[in-house]
Amino acid sequence: MNWTWFHKWGSPKWFYEMSGRWLPWLSVAAVLLMAVGLAWGLAFAPPDYQQGNSFRIIYIHVPAAFLAQSVYVMLAIAGLVGLVWKMKLADVALQQAAPIGAWMTVIALLTGAIWGKPTWGTYWVWDARLTSMLILLFLYFGVIALGQAITNRDSAAKACAVLALVGVVNIPIIKYSVDWWNTLHQPATFSVVAKPAMPFEMWMPLLLMVLGFYCFFGAVLLLRMRLEVLKREARASWVKAEVRMQVEKGL
Amino acid sequence: MSFASFAEFIAMGTHGPYVWASYGVSLAIIGLNVALPLLARRRYLQDEARRMRREESK
Repeated sequence: MNWTWFHKWGSPKWFYEMSGRWLPWLSVAAVLLMAVGLAWGLAFAPPDYQQGNSFRIIYIHVPAAFLAQSVYVMLAIAGLVGLVWKMKLADVALQQAAPIGAWMTVIALLTGAIWGKPTWGTYWVWDARLTSMLILLFLYFGVIALGQAITNRDSAAKACAVLALVGVVNIPIIKYSVDWWNTLHQPATFSVVAKPAMPFEMWMPLLLMVLGFYCFFGAVLLLRMRLEVLKREARASWVKAEVRMQVEKGL
Repeated sequence: MSFASFAEFIAMGTHGPYVWASYGVSLAIIGLNVALPLLARRRYLQDEARRMRREESK
């Protein structure tokens, strides 16, 4: 197997150039997917026969919860890559993705609580799914706090990578919590192997929203990583040239 | 279209407050996540511009 694609990620300059090309496409895709998914889900999808219109919260709750968990897995992968190959960009990705993941967890918890009131009659229960998601939020806080508390960049990177790797054990717990325990939370909405249990006009907007949320994450992550690369590589001549050019553009 | 009128759309059956509170909070958080990195980038470039001017006037 040819590994040059992997070695390229070792160069912050290559990343900066490529991400500049990807960013507009990801942003446009995120806006389009989310706009169509939102309008479709809010106004055109039929109401649920049991939950009525409150089920429309699914179109933000599920994509945010998906993203919250995927981002944590990404943190762990970035941590592993950083520990094994000492790739500088891996730590940049880990540090910059963590706040976005934390915010997505907040959205999932908040919309879930609001959805719980008309559906279950309560905002919060100490149910396995809800509790494990709350633990995910605390894990994100841990990674963010650890990254900011240690001033030495290499030590911080190592500590955060280890925490991300240890914490990833929580992800299968979240995923299977609805099967392992008797939870108030309903089982998984989407499955890779089974046909969706919802009609097309209900799951299609959900799929668009999920894809839109992933594109949104990609775009915001690149945005954050590009600034962090400029800051960390400030002494490199290509960064000096780039900053000078951006400053002269008047931005 | 699942609703007969705009008023019905806003009401969301009896679930208007729940649906709109969820969407409002989520869109605000998403907006924040886009705005903060853009502002941080602008602030950094402004600081750099100031530093460059200082160095040139020396």
